[in-house]
Amino acid sequence: MVDTLRLTAEEATGLIERREVSGAELHRAYLDAIAQRDPELHSYLCTVEQPDGAGVPIALKDVISTRGVETTAASKILAGYKPVFDATVAARVKDAGLPLLGKTNLDEFAMGSSTENSAYGPTRNPWDPSRVPGGSSGGSTAAVAAGLAPWALGSDTGGSIKQPAALCGVVGLRPTYGTVSRYGIVAFASSLDQVGPIAKTVRDCALLHRIIAGRDPVDSTTVDLPEPIELPEAEDLKGLRVGVPTELNEAEGIEPGVSEAAKRTIELARELGAEVGECSLPRSVEFGLPCYYLIAPSEASSNLARYDGVRYGYRAEPNGDVRSMYDRTRREGFGDEPKRRIMLGTYALSAGYYDAYYGQAQKVRTVIRDEHAAAFEDFDILVSPTSPTVAFELGARTANPLAMYAADLLTIPSNMAGLPGLSIPCGLSEGLPVGFQLIGRQFSENLLFRAGHALERALSFDYVPERYR
Amino acid sequence: MAISRDEVVHVARLARLELTDEELDRFAGQLDAILEAVGKVSELDLSEVEPTLHPLALSNVWAEDEPRPPLTVEEALANAPDREGDAFRVPAA
Repeated sequence: MVDTLRLTAEEATGLIERREVSGAELHRAYLDAIAQRDPELHSYLCTVEQPDGAGVPIALKDVISTRGVETTAASKILAGYKPVFDATVAARVKDAGLPLLGKTNLDEFAMGSSTENSAYGPTRNPWDPSRVPGGSSGGSTAAVAAGLAPWALGSDTGGSIKQPAALCGVVGLRPTYGTVSRYGIVAFASSLDQVGPIAKTVRDCALLHRIIAGRDPVDSTTVDLPEPIELPEAEDLKGLRVGVPTELNEAEGIEPGVSEAAKRTIELARELGAEVGECSLPRSVEFGLPCYYLIAPSEASSNLARYDGVRYGYRAEPNGDVRSMYDRTRREGFGDEPKRRIMLGTYALSAGYYDAYYGQAQKVRTVIRDEHAAAFEDFDILVSPTSPTVAFELGARTANPLAMYAADLLTIPSNMAGLPGLSIPCGLSEGLPVGFQLIGRQFSENLLFRAGHALERALSFDYVPERYR
Repeated sequence: MAISRDEVVHVARLARLELTDEELDRFAGQLDAILEAVGKVSELDLSEVEPTLHPLALSNVWAEDEPRPPLTVEEALANAPDREGDAFRVPAA
């Protein structure tokens, strides 16, 4: 029997190549694991019984269009929607022979940091089901952590891959903006959205990133990779200059246990040969969150204008003219968080407020980009905790949107600058996983994989949740 | 106060969200708190700073003007909540 809790995608590839197990048997083993453990966790919105492909199966966040397979973005307004085309990333994993296990849960339209905003009910953290998995890609990270998928794709706008990867004790990459196609991804904030890999190991992430990354002729914001993705081998960090931004590591709200785990990991980097030094991102952390919560809702308010009940998805029962059909469809179809963000964005973009809000936020974005560029003159990577806290209790932040937004304090600044970030598990605090964030220059994914792999080997974190061992 | 209840009513109308009174009351308070927090960006004097519109400095990305097979009419209408013949059907204006 295959132990899906421990099996990495790389090991699974080996089993298939040596014909010790077939792709279909492997797919069945994961569906069995889902039947066993997912009723408690609810990481999947739907599963697929007999997909094409004989390779290592994969789960896709339900913002990724899959031809003929329901794609809801965890919103009632897309209930029943079956795309008539594949997103480019879905086509690429299909072409690579990876059969689809199913579509994973998320915060509605990827708006949230806990997966509690799903219209279909929350996902629970495999390490402690009374706690959230993080979000918005919490379904994908919970599935990988609980051995319900060897690997998965998520999407990240303000931290939606890195933060749930941290809270579930798995590895997640937010790629450089423009390296992975957004064609066929349900749009949230187009100048920030990126799809990326989630897996148990850094090498698995690199393998999956190699499959999905690269220019796509039908997404004009994508570019050719400057170098091919390499599988990391090195187990030392000799010559690597590691910057520790004070504001990202000493921000208010970082739990002591999280801070200690990150400090130990930084010490480990030094022992592995890295040159470690302090640096500063004074305004990026202070102004990152306000900047993000103007730009992302503004772009969302425009992107979500398409949901009008005419061409696909939910339509309210008509009891009047076409305008009242639009209004009622949107009132009944969207949950609270999309409504809040649509209104915030509509306000920030409206006449008289544009310059003070959206325009000013775009200038703050330049300040954040320049601060990071200055730090990268002295360092090759920047590091910090991924999330200020470990996984919090369900319901703890749902009444206060600003408390929920603060979960992305440490992931947002580099996202605003368009930089790639890798989160790896670096230990436990209060019995729950702590994530360690590595930020690189644009297109430096190979360096992030190399550094993440060396640290991962030295840390020997056991990614199987204690309650399943 | 950053935003009044009347302004929330106006914004909800612009965004085509027919909100209930209960929703308007709840969102008005929350939006006020959020706008208060994000309004922090105005503390910085950035009159000399250029805005960042996009993370990559791309310009004029062209594609060859080559015909490709489009969706069929049936595919385009496959998810329609209501249709009449080859058209999406909606209530009268």
